[in-house]
Amino acid sequence: MTETTTALCVLLIFLVPLAAAGLSLINAGLGRSRSAAHSMLSSLAVLAVAVLVYFLCGFSWQGFAAGPAHIVTVAGRSWNWIAAEPFLLRGLQSGGSAASLAALLQMFSVGLAALIPLGAGTDRWRLGAACASTALLAGCTYPIFAHWVWGGGWLAQLGVNCGLGRGFLDAGGAGCIQAVGGLTAWSIACILGPRRGKYAMDGAPAAIPGHNAVLVLLGCFLALLGWFGLNCAGSILNASAAPGAVAGVAIDTMLAAATAALAAAAITRARFGRPDASLCANGWVGGLVASSAACAFLTPAAAVLTGLVAGTMVTFSVEWLDIHLGVDDPAGSISVHALGGIWGLLALGILARIPGDSGQFVAQLVGVATLLGFVLPLTYSLNWLLNRFYPQRVPAEGERQGMDLYELGAGAYPEFVIHREDLTQG
Amino acid sequence: MKIAGFLLLLAGWGIVLSAIALLRSSAPIAGFVTAGTGVEVLGLVLVIRSHRLLRRERR
Repeated sequence: MTETTTALCVLLIFLVPLAAAGLSLINAGLGRSRSAAHSMLSSLAVLAVAVLVYFLCGFSWQGFAAGPAHIVTVAGRSWNWIAAEPFLLRGLQSGGSAASLAALLQMFSVGLAALIPLGAGTDRWRLGAACASTALLAGCTYPIFAHWVWGGGWLAQLGVNCGLGRGFLDAGGAGCIQAVGGLTAWSIACILGPRRGKYAMDGAPAAIPGHNAVLVLLGCFLALLGWFGLNCAGSILNASAAPGAVAGVAIDTMLAAATAALAAAAITRARFGRPDASLCANGWVGGLVASSAACAFLTPAAAVLTGLVAGTMVTFSVEWLDIHLGVDDPAGSISVHALGGIWGLLALGILARIPGDSGQFVAQLVGVATLLGFVLPLTYSLNWLLNRFYPQRVPAEGERQGMDLYELGAGAYPEFVIHREDLTQG
Repeated sequence: MKIAGFLLLLAGWGIVLSAIALLRSSAPIAGFVTAGTGVEVLGLVLVIRSHRLLRRERR
């Protein structure tokens, strides 16, 4: 790796925390005002926990392509199933090696994946439980799947071992980051249950609008910058794209987000008479998420199509989960990250132009099957077990008071009287 | 029902894993991967239905 490429990668990786800032603002803005400070503090705390746990053991199981790993041989073919790096990042060489750049990107990526479930648990997920759940994500679920995709694992070997295109591809983390985070968000939303007052006795959902649309939409702008870094750095480090391909990757990312947001705006305008700000924001992020897998391989027209499908799918899915399934996901994390990510992975197989890509769609399907058949049961069972020993949901009193007062002792907006009951209770 | 759904998810993944580990030609691999994914979709439907039923019972 040349010095110029290393410098470019470092610069791009330093943009990635803006995606985390964007998601944090979106989660906080789509929650209630009485839980806003708690939401932002939770974001900071889970980022810190994710990075530390990843440093302690996550990287040793994820590793990097061509690093030491455990191999199993089945029917004469070797399959790499888990890395064998030493703990505490001791196997990492500094000096701008591709491995150290990958580790830096992964530290931000695991933090980003950990932020996604916070959106589904808004207004009722205890801070300590969120940190404990994040430790499970960063120490177990994320590194195992990321090794299989980015660490030279068996999903990456599908091309060599089975002749399925170039093996499972995921340049910017639509599967490893977004779908893993989104499926964890699904688990958290199911385990926690809906917010009090969300559903009436007859099952009809009540609208609980986000408390600050400005925060949400500002988060979208920051997320765009972060995604530029994520997709461009990921394309170079995870998909062997040339540094010169960065502009094309950024164009695809921008086009997918723009189309998805406009699709969401058009659909909500047609259905409700006015464009809905929160669904437009969800569409925007859904487009970014869907662009992540294939950003290095799509033509601009294909990126537009990817964004169009993502925006449409996210808009209907948010409503379907809320009304028909009874899953209370205040920030739309499941629709945006799980569905958007899975669509992005499949879009790569359908729309991408990769030389010698025969079988690429099947490779992508194997990756999606692994997300549904391995990651979802694993993350659900880990969080279910955690909930048995350490209840993740705040007590009813805490939910009534608001997470800010109950867990932090002070609100995010102390100069405003927001709820009369905050004053009248003892 | 939820446990059955999760078992179907795992079973579908098992079909996919077995296909890529044991088969050589890409055409049968594609068939078994599609079948395994289909089983997973059934499992997902079962998990979703169990969630809806549980919600109704709680009401």
